[in-house]
Amino acid sequence: MVHLQINRLSKAFGGLSAVLDFNFQLDKNELLGLIGPNGAGKTTVFNLITGVYKPDAGEIRFNGQNIAGLPAYRICQQGIARTFQNIRLFKDISVLDNVRIALHQNVPYSLLSAVARTPVFFKGEAKIEAQARKILKIFNLDDKRREIASNLPYGEQRRLEIARALATKPSLLILDEPAAGMNPNETRELMELIQWLRLQFDLSILLIEHDMSLVMGVCERIYVLDYGQVIAEGRPEEIRNNPRVIEAYLGEEVG
Amino acid sequence: MRKASIKPLQFIFEAAVLACLFTLVQYAINSNIINQYYQINLASICINIILAVSLNLINGFTGQLSLGHAGFMAVGAYAAAVMTTSLNQPFVFGIMAACLAAALAGLIIGVPTLRLKGDYLAIATLGFGEIIRVVLQNIDYIGGPAGIQGIPVYTNWPWLFGSSVLTIVVIVNIINSSYGRAIISVREDEVASELMGINTTRYKVLAFVIGALLAGLAGALYAHYFYIIKPDNFNFLKSFDILVMVVLGGLGSTTGAVIAAIFITVLTAVLQSFPAIRMILYALILVIVMIYRPQGLMGNKEWGRKTWGRIWGGKNGPSANK
Repeated sequence: MVHLQINRLSKAFGGLSAVLDFNFQLDKNELLGLIGPNGAGKTTVFNLITGVYKPDAGEIRFNGQNIAGLPAYRICQQGIARTFQNIRLFKDISVLDNVRIALHQNVPYSLLSAVARTPVFFKGEAKIEAQARKILKIFNLDDKRREIASNLPYGEQRRLEIARALATKPSLLILDEPAAGMNPNETRELMELIQWLRLQFDLSILLIEHDMSLVMGVCERIYVLDYGQVIAEGRPEEIRNNPRVIEAYLGEEVG
Repeated sequence: MRKASIKPLQFIFEAAVLACLFTLVQYAINSNIINQYYQINLASICINIILAVSLNLINGFTGQLSLGHAGFMAVGAYAAAVMTTSLNQPFVFGIMAACLAAALAGLIIGVPTLRLKGDYLAIATLGFGEIIRVVLQNIDYIGGPAGIQGIPVYTNWPWLFGSSVLTIVVIVNIINSSYGRAIISVREDEVASELMGINTTRYKVLAFVIGALLAGLAGALYAHYFYIIKPDNFNFLKSFDILVMVVLGGLGSTTGAVIAAIFITVLTAVLQSFPAIRMILYALILVIVMIYRPQGLMGNKEWGRKTWGRIWGGKNGPSANK
């Protein structure tokens, strides 16, 4: 079943085409990788899917519905959540609050009952906290829930970002370089976690990653992007031997 | 919030403390221990607390720099004064009209301006605040530049105390709820907030409207205490005064806003005896505080139940704060 389909998506910044006629398909429960040299337009594609940028042309069909141009919060509510290449946590507040904010879209009480502190409010808050802690436990962060987010070590900040994204109850999780800055051990653990999350939460996952061994190891299918266009698509072993991909990464052979 | 539940004993204790404070001051007023001069300052303190705490919701918690708070106070003051003076309605209706009118003004101004960010928003709100003042100046029905005189003096200690406490409770309860966390997330990172499913525009407007509503309440109390209002009472300098309280107290700290409102009001009153060097001293104190405490007196910390719990050595105080 097709989960996310992108047709002829384009976005230009001034005279520069960041993404041009981008076509793409992601099936339900697939774990898909998007790779490409620096500046190829990978993050722009993510920003277009999640509504940070409005596309110039093309359509983005999520569960059959065109979501291109919707405001970002609506796209999130439809079930697409993401993390960021440069971590964007809510820095000055607690780990627990970071996750609780992501749970806000289903807040079970009204503003008035919050002001009046009705029993509905206390019940709702208890429910939100229980949900948030359940997610934090998965990521081994429950013990640190009172810490200010920016005080966490780097690897834990990365994990918290995924936890926060998961709290919005997505069906498609988009990870922008989730292993950036992690050591090989942490990376391996993270990849196992991602695989496990996919099964546990019935997720489709789309990820950008620079660590080739990792992408090749974990992704079922890979799209290669260069200068805003797809230059190759296929299973990891096909990609590894594709001359266009090698050219894009290493440059043209001399002679 | 460790355990989100009502602690009846604690609630009764807090209510008792407030009741004692209220009764003590009321007694002191009745027996003239707090004389006319102190009463005026007391009223100013309460009104400034409401203004600072409500502006802090917009500037401190939502992170939207608004410079037009006096405009909303003016709308409230005029709406209430018209109700009680021209239409001979009771004070309660005056206050309701003030809150409604100010909230409506907040909505009308907030929807277009909150699309702007940072400096642009500051300038737009500054402009709107001035527009409100100029509009009031040019309506003959409310006295034009001379304003409204002979407003009945309805504002007394119970009204002042009740309104201040209500304002603080409303703001604290909003901030310590899911809605408050959504508002804070806008300040922390607007893009991330939006991508976590939060309609940031809606929460910015919400904070703006609630802030304006409470400023309207302060305006109504002001009009019915000082019995004369004119548009010039609510100029840019008034907005600036409130902003100074918020920044001095610490952006994002309700406790700080309350302390700074008291501090600035008392400081202004004390400096009145030195008219020649008043503004120099005032500015100097602000500069010194900002050099040594750039995050404001309280930073973004609060004194809440947690703090009292710590002081008493108990661990069971539910944290009302982050």
